[in-house]
Amino acid sequence: MLKRAKALFLSLLSLVVSLPALGSAVVETSTRQLNMPQGVTEVSQAAYDIHMIMVWVCTVIGVGVFGFMFYVMYAHRKSRGAVAENFHENLVVELLWTIVPTIILIVMAFPATTALLKVYDTDNPDIEIKVTGYQWKWQYEYLGEGVKFMSELRTSDDEVYGREPKGEHYLREVTEPLVLPAGKKIRFLVTGNDVIHSWWVPDFGVKRDAVPGLFTAGWAKTDKPGTYVGECTELCGQGHAFMPVVVEVKEQAEYDAWLANKKAEAVEYASTIGKEWTAEELMTKGEGVYLQSCAGCHQADGNGIPGVFPAIKGSPIALGPQIGHIAVLIDGVPGSAMQSFADQLSEVNIAAVIHYQRNAWGNDVGDVTQPIDVLNYKQSK
Amino acid sequence: MAHGPATLADGWRAYISRWVFTTNHKDIGTLYLWFSFAMFLMGGAFAMVIRAELFQPGMQLIRPEFFNQMTTMHGLVMVFGAIMPAFVGLANWMIPLMIGAPDMALPRMNNLSFWILPFAFAILTSTLFMEGGGPNFGWTFYAPLSTTYAPESVNFFIFAIHIMGASSIMGSINIIATVMNMRAPGMTYMKMPLFVWTWVITAFLLVAVMPVLAGAVTMMLMDINFGTSFFDAAGGGDPVLFQHVFWFFGHPEVYIIILPAFGVVSQIIPTFSRKPLFGYSSMVYATAAIAFLSFVVWAHHMFTVGMPIAGELYFMYATMLIAVPTGVKVFNWITTMYKGSLTFETPMLFSIAFVILFTFGGFTGLMLSIAAADMQYHDTYFVVAHFHYVMVAGAVFSGTAAIYYWLPKWCGKMYNETMGQVQFWVAFIGFNIAFMPQHFLGLAGMPRRYADYGLQFADWNMVSSIGAFIYGGAQIMLLYNVIATIRNGKPTTEEKTWEGAEGLEWTVPSPAPYHTFEKPPEFK
Amino acid sequence: MSTDASNRRVVVKSLFGAAGMFAFAIFVLPPMYDLFCEITGLGGKTGDEYTAVDVRVDTSREVRVRFVASNNASMPWVFKPTKDSVVVHPGEPTEITYFAHNVTDQDMVSQAIPSLVPNNVADYFHKTECFCFENQPLAAGDQADLKLVFIIDPDLPAGVNSVTLSYTIFDITDRAADPIAQL
Repeated sequence: MLKRAKALFLSLLSLVVSLPALGSAVVETSTRQLNMPQGVTEVSQAAYDIHMIMVWVCTVIGVGVFGFMFYVMYAHRKSRGAVAENFHENLVVELLWTIVPTIILIVMAFPATTALLKVYDTDNPDIEIKVTGYQWKWQYEYLGEGVKFMSELRTSDDEVYGREPKGEHYLREVTEPLVLPAGKKIRFLVTGNDVIHSWWVPDFGVKRDAVPGLFTAGWAKTDKPGTYVGECTELCGQGHAFMPVVVEVKEQAEYDAWLANKKAEAVEYASTIGKEWTAEELMTKGEGVYLQSCAGCHQADGNGIPGVFPAIKGSPIALGPQIGHIAVLIDGVPGSAMQSFADQLSEVNIAAVIHYQRNAWGNDVGDVTQPIDVLNYKQSK
Repeated sequence: MAHGPATLADGWRAYISRWVFTTNHKDIGTLYLWFSFAMFLMGGAFAMVIRAELFQPGMQLIRPEFFNQMTTMHGLVMVFGAIMPAFVGLANWMIPLMIGAPDMALPRMNNLSFWILPFAFAILTSTLFMEGGGPNFGWTFYAPLSTTYAPESVNFFIFAIHIMGASSIMGSINIIATVMNMRAPGMTYMKMPLFVWTWVITAFLLVAVMPVLAGAVTMMLMDINFGTSFFDAAGGGDPVLFQHVFWFFGHPEVYIIILPAFGVVSQIIPTFSRKPLFGYSSMVYATAAIAFLSFVVWAHHMFTVGMPIAGELYFMYATMLIAVPTGVKVFNWITTMYKGSLTFETPMLFSIAFVILFTFGGFTGLMLSIAAADMQYHDTYFVVAHFHYVMVAGAVFSGTAAIYYWLPKWCGKMYNETMGQVQFWVAFIGFNIAFMPQHFLGLAGMPRRYADYGLQFADWNMVSSIGAFIYGGAQIMLLYNVIATIRNGKPTTEEKTWEGAEGLEWTVPSPAPYHTFEKPPEFK
Repeated sequence: MSTDASNRRVVVKSLFGAAGMFAFAIFVLPPMYDLFCEITGLGGKTGDEYTAVDVRVDTSREVRVRFVASNNASMPWVFKPTKDSVVVHPGEPTEITYFAHNVTDQDMVSQAIPSLVPNNVADYFHKTECFCFENQPLAAGDQADLKLVFIIDPDLPAGVNSVTLSYTIFDITDRAADPIAQL
């Protein structure tokens, strides 16, 4: 019985160990990373260093303690003829293994403290970025520069649900990354728009909870240009796993050019707001916006989830007056999960998605919503 | 009408009445144990759903909204429905036997404490079928996700928590009264078995912090239904206040989970070493120290919320300090084995695995206490790995050890030793395959409560899922072993089942008679 | 004392203890937490109305104060600071405004909640007048310039040259109308 059981385990074990190889063949970018990254900032390096100190201290203690225990299990087994002694107290030994670990802890407290002081060194930044966590995306605002944009997951639902093969950057790609200059100290002011989220970039060593109503501060400064990916690390609802953080660090000159371009884009956008779009243009654009920003709750087929998210197909709002439909997107629906999208989508995108909702799935209202209509609503009353 | 407790031979009406109205600590212990095992299997089923979905990247089986319900219910059911009631069941069965008392101090309250539990869990489980689904905000239910943004079932969730809390508080009061007032003459406090000590200390912890949990969910209830703003910044409240109140309960709660497990292991290791527990008084003081310290370290669950640095440093230091009394206990268990005469029956296997794997979990706990490093660990799979090592390889292994250890006393049948050892190895191997890779996942950057993940996390997730399925299989094996023993096990009537066992429970026949120690025993 | 009587005593004491902890959680912890936040600046909560006593202005130091505005969840108002930042001397009273515009067709009430970064110097940021002290009603379509007058304490720790004050506005129209919530 025992022999057969042993044989079964060994085969199971070898199966388990070999399976990942099978997995890797299918998924090229899968890794078997074992350790924390060192990252590219002082803070990430400090976290890594103290982590490694702890790993070594615990390994040494563990090897010592478990080694002794395995020795005892071997040498003092009854089948080897061991006879039990009767001692059960020893003050010296008890004091020793109370005092020595305490001393070890006190020694470890020093590097632990200096590392934490680094985390809190948020004073006197060169640049400040306001990071706002939304369900389920991030908003970045460059304070003092007038540049503000949303950063949403770019991976499609089709990839998530297996209707299309997964791309290399599956769940690690966004519509617009946060762009930062190398060599400057950046302070992040993190807050939440709705529920608590948490903004984490492992390579920066920064993790700050995004709490609605208050701001927490983190900082980063790196000399290494590159793309750094992070995650939301506080359960925030169904999209918790679907709102990654992507940061691009550029050399100063490149960053300056990018920033100037963003400001120019904003100016240009404001001047083209009066353009008249055709129904086809709005429908195409609107479908894209809908799948990106609405389908998560209201579903791609417009049917919503009964009892949780209302259907848009056949809804009184989508079939009713245009102004009421605009109002829902601009004002949100207080007391529900439907937020105001005034801050999150441009007037063009809001007009397009309203047009799509009013004309897709057989709704066929037949009217056309222009960006200027949306802007007028926002500014009038 | 037969004398003694009703059996099926007396008709099903009498049999059901017996179990519904019993005030006998052995019966109530049995009820708790079977209930907790059923909950363990249900919570385990939720875990299988989670690990099946996480087997590969992408959403194959369920939607993210349901995944969040699974992770939440898995946590709630395991903590409040499986582990806590299991150890209460052990307390009910063993504490009167160990102190030479005829029953618990308050037998009728004992019955109530148990029977409200199936009621509470029926309510909690029913939320999964309500419109909007069950609780989906994590077992830690932070506001405002659990208040403003909660599904409609949240009020039932709160109701269920209140009932579970009441059960725990009543059970703890019973244990304190029993131990304080009903020990056999000659059994002073410092002569009580360590299992009794750990449970008394745990009971004080429960009476102190379960009401705080009740306070937290009451404040939640008021915010949701009566327009107050405890946790709502708009009205002058603060979501972070919720975290403080919750963890003020939550940290002592994890010690409530582990201290009785320490007690079990402190009974089993001396038995199979044929040597008394080393350092009895230190073990008592260390347990008390751990319980006391558990009150003042709660914010180490909140290191990323933006606490002022002085607070963060204090909580880091205080948390590191808990390693000292815990280390003392580990050293004492090993020294008990040292120069003993060791055999490795199934209870001993689980207890030794407990010492090794719980200590490993303690090491990752020490790492987590280092706030600067916690910036990288917090809310990742590193934390998930840590708490499964201490709660599963810790508390659950200890509970399993207790079952094998005391089953002969409970039912007068001996389990099959080979089957026990096989079950141990399947559990041990499955557990480590499931949870060791989760450390790597966390360090590589995978957050917890994620329904889906980037491709670079695929390998370790697959391994972890396979291990989880193996571990799940081990629990079915455990169920089989227990039932097979009860039905076909080799009968045993010996008082002292195990050669090295000491204590009053080993002076009564097996199975233990329905009423024991009706006259207090002589205890020296 | 008989066992029964001893048991009864334990039960009574434990129940009192449990009830006490429940009351502690609901009635003591929240105010304790508020006090703790006030003292340590957790969450960057700036204090209540401040009555200026010291008129000492420290002209040797300059502090940049940056202003940030945030809308919570479904708060549709336009809300922004009229100036991105100002540079002030500690001790010098300074007035700035935030612009608010209710763009909906309903009368609404808002509450602004401040948060200062770095959190630990929130204690040194005094507001003698602030729109955040009261809730702000705005009729449909109305606009307002909301006033803030602040003084940075001259004892501001050395080395702090820039602070960022953020306001988040919340829609409390329902709450302001609900008499129960006034409790």
